Amino acid sequence: MSVLSVNGLTVSFTTDGGTLTALRDVSFDIPDQRIVGVVGESGCGKSTLINAILGLLADNGRIDAGSVLFQNDRELTRLGDSDMRALRGQRISTVFQDPMGALNPVLSVGHQMINVQYRSGRSKAEKIARAVEMLRKVRIPDADTALSRYPHQFSGGMKQRIAIAMALMMEPALLIADEPTTALDATLEVATIELLKELQRDIGCSVLFISHHLGVIAELCDEVIVMYAGEVVERGTTRQVFNDPRHPYTFRLLDCDPARQHQRVRHLPTIPGEIPDLRRRPEGCIFAARCHRVHYACMRTPPVTEVGNGHAARCWLAGNPETVKVTA
Amino acid sequence: MGDCPILAYALKRLVLAIVIISVAMTLLFAMIYLIPGDPAKVALGPRATPEMVESLRVRMGLDQPIWVQFWRFYSGVWRGDLGIEVLSGRPVLTVVLEQLPYTLALIAGAISWSVALGIPLGCIAAIKRGGWVDRVVGIVSVAVIAVPSFVIAIYALLIFAVSLRWLPAIGAGEPGDLGDQLLHLILPSLAVGLGWVGYIARMVRASMLEVLEASHIRTARAFGLPENQITYSYALRIAILPTVTLLGVGVGQMLSSAVFAEIVFARPGIGKLVYDSILTRNYPLVTGSVLVTTAFFVFVNVIADLVIGALDPRVRSGFG
Repeated sequence: MSVLSVNGLTVSFTTDGGTLTALRDVSFDIPDQRIVGVVGESGCGKSTLINAILGLLADNGRIDAGSVLFQNDRELTRLGDSDMRALRGQRISTVFQDPMGALNPVLSVGHQMINVQYRSGRSKAEKIARAVEMLRKVRIPDADTALSRYPHQFSGGMKQRIAIAMALMMEPALLIADEPTTALDATLEVATIELLKELQRDIGCSVLFISHHLGVIAELCDEVIVMYAGEVVERGTTRQVFNDPRHPYTFRLLDCDPARQHQRVRHLPTIPGEIPDLRRRPEGCIFAARCHRVHYACMRTPPVTEVGNGHAARCWLAGNPETVKVTA
Repeated sequence: MGDCPILAYALKRLVLAIVIISVAMTLLFAMIYLIPGDPAKVALGPRATPEMVESLRVRMGLDQPIWVQFWRFYSGVWRGDLGIEVLSGRPVLTVVLEQLPYTLALIAGAISWSVALGIPLGCIAAIKRGGWVDRVVGIVSVAVIAVPSFVIAIYALLIFAVSLRWLPAIGAGEPGDLGDQLLHLILPSLAVGLGWVGYIARMVRASMLEVLEASHIRTARAFGLPENQITYSYALRIAILPTVTLLGVGVGQMLSSAVFAEIVFARPGIGKLVYDSILTRNYPLVTGSVLVTTAFFVFVNVIADLVIGALDPRVRSGFG
């Protein structure tokens, strides 16, 4: 049983420079009560993916193909505005990257936490009690009086915890966390990850966790999706992807993780080149221009090759792990 | 932060207001002192004998050293004594306070127009960004900002009072008849406020667009809050803040527009009073009116600051 099942999702934006395909043929599953991580460098389509799921694409964006099935019964790409709004914040919640700006600066924390519950049918006193309970859960000191305070009276870490409390208040089936720890320092990051994990177990929701921090993904997630230039290049369990990468991009990405450097180096490794112009997608494999294993077959788009139980990569060499792992 | 931050904030603004008024008084006193010519001579006219001028100088205190004069003026003002008007011999304060309500009503009317029209227009323009409503509001805003208020006053008078005969042309209405007075207020206050409708529409549109891009608005959307609540409770509350400040400062400009509106529509009021007293060289009345107007302007800005403090908790606790 999966909470969210994305199939062949293709999203494009109309821009001055032509049509920009931000997501192409994206497919993955978020199983019940699992944490699925999405990694990829900036511009790989992570934010577009979130907005497409939430039905919050900008006016110039549109879903060209594919489906987003929520809890096996609701097709989100065909859901009307008001039905979609009814899901957001109730069944699908989101925590965004920027904790400083995530809360409204002129409304008290309590006011905002009560507003989020407007579909709950609870009485005002129940809503307040629920808000206090959630603030306690995310370990905000003096939870009772915190409700009457304003966002600027909290630190960045506390604001992010309040945002998490708000997101989980309605006990959603799916929590989308968009780099929730990127703006926090390392100590807070660890604490926030622990808290998120604890709350996820508590509520029993699934999490779509977006990050470019491989260490956090490895620590937190059950499954991983690797995205490059709007395509899913590899997916599998965290163990499969991290220990046995089958796509050259994943391999190079893991190679570049500063945490994996065992010797002192003057320059941290990088993947040469940059993401192709998504308005003029090259023919064939999207990663070919930067790939150290590029060969004649890459002129054609590689199929998604299943290499193990749930482990798949979009590469001609996916079935041949030793070739992938050779560094150029 | 004290025990009662709002009260401390208000007190701070009040002290500042007193300082500002004192500075304004000093400048005003210096100006009168530096104006060429003897006020007593001016008041009595060219045919006065030197003895008459001398006796008036003594009565007006002009024979005293400058610092004594300043102290008399300064302490007099705080006691509510703005001197005696030259023509009728009545206290200046009484004369000015008689006229003040008319101008206050005019300014209040102008603010009502600009807020009641400007804020919704700016909001709609921001929400329908790039649409035809936005374009029309943009063009009309710039147009009404560009046209001077006395031109609007004259055209409003010609169209609505003279041609269409919908509204009364001159005066402030029958004393005691509130409906009649309001009817007389419509055109003059529109003349003073119409340009501000444009200013405020532009301002609200710009700050709405900025706020709607903020990440907390995206968060609110991601929580599925109703779009109306997001626009009017989450976004407008922030977008309105610069407008409140603008209006506070704008009252100064409205006061000068009020002079023209009061002349064109032959309404009583401070503007008309200043105009008339300059023509008759009634200097005590000029200073008195200017001083009361200054105090009013400072007071309005204190109110504007308090409103911002009430709307924005960051200002209230001394951050933003």
